[in-house]
Amino acid sequence: MRAEPALPQGTHPMTALTREMKASYAFIERNFFLSRRYWGWEIAFLVYSAAGALSISLIGAQAGDPRLILTLMVGAIFWNYLSVVFSWIAETISIERWEGTLEYTMMAPVHRSTHLLGAVAYAMVYGLIHTAAILVAVVLFFPNLSFEHANIGTIAGFMVLGSFSFVGIAMLAAILPLLYVERGAQMTFVLQSVLLLVSGVYYSIDVLPGWMQVISHLSPATYALDGVRKGLIDGVPLSALWGDIWPLLVMGVVFIPFGLWAFSRAERYAKRHGKLKRVG
Amino acid sequence: MSSTMLQEPKMTQDGSIDPAQLPNPAAASNPAPTSVPGLGPDVARGPAALLVDRVTKRFKVARKKQPVTAIADVSMRLERGGTIGILGANGSGKSTLIRLISGLLTLDEGRVEVFGHDIVREEMAVKRLINRVSVDAAFFKKLSPMENLLFAARLYGIDSGLARRETVRITERLGIAQKRLGRPVEQLSRGMQQKIAIARALLTSPALLLLDEPTTGLDPRSKLDVQTFIEEIRTNHDASIVLTTHDLDEAERLSDEIIVLNDGRIVAEGSPAALKRLVAERHGEAPTMHSVFMTYTGRSLDEDVEAAAEDDE
Repeated sequence: MRAEPALPQGTHPMTALTREMKASYAFIERNFFLSRRYWGWEIAFLVYSAAGALSISLIGAQAGDPRLILTLMVGAIFWNYLSVVFSWIAETISIERWEGTLEYTMMAPVHRSTHLLGAVAYAMVYGLIHTAAILVAVVLFFPNLSFEHANIGTIAGFMVLGSFSFVGIAMLAAILPLLYVERGAQMTFVLQSVLLLVSGVYYSIDVLPGWMQVISHLSPATYALDGVRKGLIDGVPLSALWGDIWPLLVMGVVFIPFGLWAFSRAERYAKRHGKLKRVG
Repeated sequence: MSSTMLQEPKMTQDGSIDPAQLPNPAAASNPAPTSVPGLGPDVARGPAALLVDRVTKRFKVARKKQPVTAIADVSMRLERGGTIGILGANGSGKSTLIRLISGLLTLDEGRVEVFGHDIVREEMAVKRLINRVSVDAAFFKKLSPMENLLFAARLYGIDSGLARRETVRITERLGIAQKRLGRPVEQLSRGMQQKIAIARALLTSPALLLLDEPTTGLDPRSKLDVQTFIEEIRTNHDASIVLTTHDLDEAERLSDEIIVLNDGRIVAEGSPAALKRLVAERHGEAPTMHSVFMTYTGRSLDEDVEAAAEDDE
């Protein structure tokens, strides 16, 4: 193999796009390899998640209220999905820091948007498969629950919209391990738990104090969960849920570019202060 | 520093580098076409493989304390196909300099060019031209060498088919059996992991290869394998190399030119032969690389190793 220092002077846009897509796929493939290699952990995590969803749904069963079961089930399952997506993106940096490969990845000729796009794509596919498995487990556990009114289009639509709007927040969370070497990964849990608290995952946001309700309107999970519940339990079509759709669209459009911008600023800060080299 | 121009080390009376004697990067970046005998393939001289021009890096360690200068006004020039060895005690700034060239740290002052591309303004172009092997072979330890190298190859736009073939070819040359490429990296010895790290860097055909203590911690056999392979890269792959090492014999064997760093400054530079001659003539020391190291860093290598051990504790 011969080194070739000469660079092409004018790169065709499609060539550049193809290269970025390939680089993005590198992160998808690598994360798949990691999931495959840690298959024992994946099964353990699946059992843990399914048990958690069932435990929460059983609160509704104890109350003898099928609607409450469905409400809690949606909360547990959909929150699991958002958590998984959030974790994979937020841990993009902490995994590499743990393994010591962060500097190599940062040295590679890959735009950070490409890097994060790969992480997001894998996170969404992984999250969907993981959530589908839990859904099957929960439905089998409650065979008498009726889904005859469920609107699949609405549920799918809000899954996509919810993911889209969550990506930017997850990118912001990914900054924490970049800046805080030792405990950055754990600090992402704080963000996740606050979202859990204010987003009405297991209860209506109406029960929150007034100031907390204001915060809940800034969480994409609030709108995504509301949309999924209305689609699953009441069969409301997507077109009738514009009030939940537009905040998610706005959050996605605002948070994703903001997340990318903030990440690039954080990367520059880390390079100025030598924070890439240490292994957490 | 030019690998081809310098015959004698240049330094001031107090042992530090005299900036006035540094080659003018602007003038040197466009020299008359000539061949470079003894430095790999004969090539017409274009831009330097690496140009480091008056680079300074400081780190702020505490809010109310003055920043610590890790690299101070360092300049050097490496021609295409050449090898520069960087010597220095622990904490002298060797790895910081490598990280600055790699773009993993921002420059406070000065500029760095790789084959004429500025590392700040043309970051992506430079990234495609360089790769690095560090003292710790960092991998996804649960993944196999093949999976790790496929990931690296894709990041550099190499198709998986080609990457697989090249991985097998390069690792075979490094004495790693193909059957080991499918096992988790964590099951491989330290020496083998380091060879895989070198294979990962070579897979991307770097025009400038940054080797940051690539043989530290290896057993003598593995060390020899890696050194032999580095020589082969120099000869056959048209790669220019920056090598930091604590192994003085290794530096002498592999480097055309050597710079000695102390407290972030270049205190001596020249060919191994010229440096040895200088310490013999000017300081009355034995003409060895060990004498060179002791004279210009003010400490023996043994002291350095002890200091490193204390740091670890």
